[in-house]
Amino acid sequence: MKKNIIWRLILIGVTLILAAVFFLPNTPLFPYMPEWWKKNMPDKGIVLGLDLQGGLHLVFEVEGNKAVEITTERIATRLKELFAKKNLTAEVIASGLTITISPSSPDIRKAVEENYPILVPVETGTSLVCKISDKEAQRIKDTTADQALETIRNRIDQFGVAEPTIHRQGENEIVVQLPGVKDPKRAIDLIGKTAQLEFKLVNDDTKVAAELPQSIAPGDEEELLKQFAGRIPEDTEILFEKKVNKETGAARKIPLLLKKQAALTGDLLSDAKVNIDSRFSEPYVSLSFNAAGAKLFEDVTGANVKKRLAISLDNTIYSAPVIQEKIAGGNAQITGSFSMEEAKDLSIVLRAGALPAPMKMLQNVTVGPSLGRDSIEAGKSAGIIGTIAVVIFMIFYYRFSGLIADFALLFNIVLLLGALASLNSTLTLPGIAGIILAIGMAVDSNVLMFERMRDELRAGKTPRAAVDSGYNKAFWTIFDSHVTTLITAAVLFQFGTGPIKGFAVTLSLGVAINLFTALIGTKSIFDIINSRRELKKLSI
Amino acid sequence: MIELIKNPNINFLGKRNIAFLVSGIFAIIGIIAIVRIATGHANLGIDFAGGTAIQLKFEKNIALHDVRLALESGGLKEFDLQDLPTENKILIRVKKTEQELGLVSENITNSISQKILNNTYVVDSTTVVGPKVGGRLRADAAKAVAMAIIGILIYVAFRFQFKFGVGATIATFHDVLAVLGIFYLMGKEINLILITALLTIAGYSLTDTVVVFDRIRENLKLKQKDSVESVMNTSINEVLSRTIITSTTVLLTSIALFFFGGEVLHDFSLAMIMGVIIGTYSSIFVASPVVLLWGGKRLFAKK
Repeated sequence: MKKNIIWRLILIGVTLILAAVFFLPNTPLFPYMPEWWKKNMPDKGIVLGLDLQGGLHLVFEVEGNKAVEITTERIATRLKELFAKKNLTAEVIASGLTITISPSSPDIRKAVEENYPILVPVETGTSLVCKISDKEAQRIKDTTADQALETIRNRIDQFGVAEPTIHRQGENEIVVQLPGVKDPKRAIDLIGKTAQLEFKLVNDDTKVAAELPQSIAPGDEEELLKQFAGRIPEDTEILFEKKVNKETGAARKIPLLLKKQAALTGDLLSDAKVNIDSRFSEPYVSLSFNAAGAKLFEDVTGANVKKRLAISLDNTIYSAPVIQEKIAGGNAQITGSFSMEEAKDLSIVLRAGALPAPMKMLQNVTVGPSLGRDSIEAGKSAGIIGTIAVVIFMIFYYRFSGLIADFALLFNIVLLLGALASLNSTLTLPGIAGIILAIGMAVDSNVLMFERMRDELRAGKTPRAAVDSGYNKAFWTIFDSHVTTLITAAVLFQFGTGPIKGFAVTLSLGVAINLFTALIGTKSIFDIINSRRELKKLSI
Repeated sequence: MIELIKNPNINFLGKRNIAFLVSGIFAIIGIIAIVRIATGHANLGIDFAGGTAIQLKFEKNIALHDVRLALESGGLKEFDLQDLPTENKILIRVKKTEQELGLVSENITNSISQKILNNTYVVDSTTVVGPKVGGRLRADAAKAVAMAIIGILIYVAFRFQFKFGVGATIATFHDVLAVLGIFYLMGKEINLILITALLTIAGYSLTDTVVVFDRIRENLKLKQKDSVESVMNTSINEVLSRTIITSTTVLLTSIALFFFGGEVLHDFSLAMIMGVIIGTYSSIFVASPVVLLWGGKRLFAKK
């Protein structure tokens, strides 16, 4: 045998062994391997995509503008304090992204400029309208998205999901992938909740408060708010407490007039835990404040004995108990008709902290585990049946040469699986389709070569010469046809989302490996046969 | 030696007028489909149009009618239902709604749980896509198809002559248009997975075209005395069997996918089957005639 045939055989052997080693974790054999193997050899293999193992793929948009609005409001409050200190009389109104200060005067403009360089004037005239500069607004949005990401990560960590993927996408989007989650709705609620916890004093003693109805039916909130718009004091707002009748299950909403300014907020918490009420054996969430929070809580309760303090989460009131006495020690509790799960999730979001801005869900793809299993089974059978069909066709049409091509095809499949495993690629359902199509395309190279060989044989060449020139002449055709498939695969990879990316990966790897197996694999077999003795006739 | 056709001698180029007519019709349907898609009149998938799709798997056989009644009682007005009776599965799609994303799916499952009591179900999959994402995916898909076609044009122009590049690109674009047009006429859903199939078709249908062009290029050098048309005819005839056989093997695997690959890949494999057949046709009847029509006799001059 010629030396270069031996080298090629060694190359084929080594790649086969490598492929087998990498793919082993995906086979049922892996658990039986010795301990040293599991420790030192690849143990991950091909990873199943969300569409195959089931799970959630969520995309949220962080409403960064809300965060800018909040900052704008905060600055407006400080401006008021600043003007009061400097004895400047001006009205400061924050609305949305702008602050209006009227009347405007050189002193006021100077004070704003010196103390808040991030504010830029939009309009100067009798009143000064300004907003946060674009650059600063961008920075706020950016940090908001980062903080939101961190908060979500904390929540998911505490919720307990194996191998979650959480990352930012673009300017203000967050992608969350949770494989194998059994209760998608619960997970979505947990992640998407803003969880802005606020303690607000109830304004029971105003005249308007007495006019509020005892309770209303869910759905009528808008109407009630409209009815009272403009009539309630400026520093108050109406929020609703949800009450469910335990026997009938009917829900009612109780409107409450509250002070707008929160007495305490959730960022002063140090811990939140689920406890069980011993009398009704109902779960509730107990809160512990940090030192600053505890002090504030003591002051607020001390100054407002016999008044009611509402506990609101994302503008829904959970309870509004009457303060019986000054509460020291920094503990409080949230009661409500919680299920154990609800109480647990609430404690998680409170511990992980509030999102810096609300989020909107842009996309949710949830796949149940059974659909994923069915898909894998279907993919396997389609792959096996497709392979058998191609194998039989090649033998039928090209006889012995077809058999050689079939060996190359199997070699190709093993290498492809090995390559996917070595990259720890994520296998998706379209990815399975990519593998199966690649199987159909794999023999194309051999078809092109065999047809070339037939041309050469017809032209009267000997089998050996026909094999050699067949390979040489077909090479560029094969190369060109592979490259065109790679071009579209590259485009698919560039623009595709998860599942489509998976397709692009399997298809392009399949095509690239095919170039290798067709040029090294089958050629070697022909060479080996030819090197023994010159063939008189080529079965093709 | 088994041969598909022994020494074929078919005047393919002579039939170019019929081919241009057939392909012209395909292309026009495809262009109409694109216009309809762009204006939002086609059956766009949830991923492009935005909306909610839920697939439920029931324990026992379920009548579409019952599901429809249950959903209507839950206040849903515009929705599509599709069933896979062999597996007791129902696909519910709700496109545009005023309801907040996420609430729709809850509404659907609640209505069904309340009204259909004697048949339990599990949620196979839920897909909720906001309008913003849908719009972005549509734009991305259009960009991807354009990029792929430009990429092909550049590569083939680089490897052959520019005229061949144009011929190959027109043939490829024709295949994509034809499959899209047929899908549109069949009322099939236009979604991301179909775009994936279209791009794969674009890449693959080129294989056959490249094989034909390769032979034409080779023969142009050998047979300087013949007319371009006859060189092209000879070349196509010479590579006819390999063009058909390479397509056959991919067709075999696409058919396997169609019948055994499961519901999700059903339309994908259908598109692949059509694309492979149309791609083979176009590499014979469209690509070379375009080059002939445009390049004429000057093809001998270079290379």
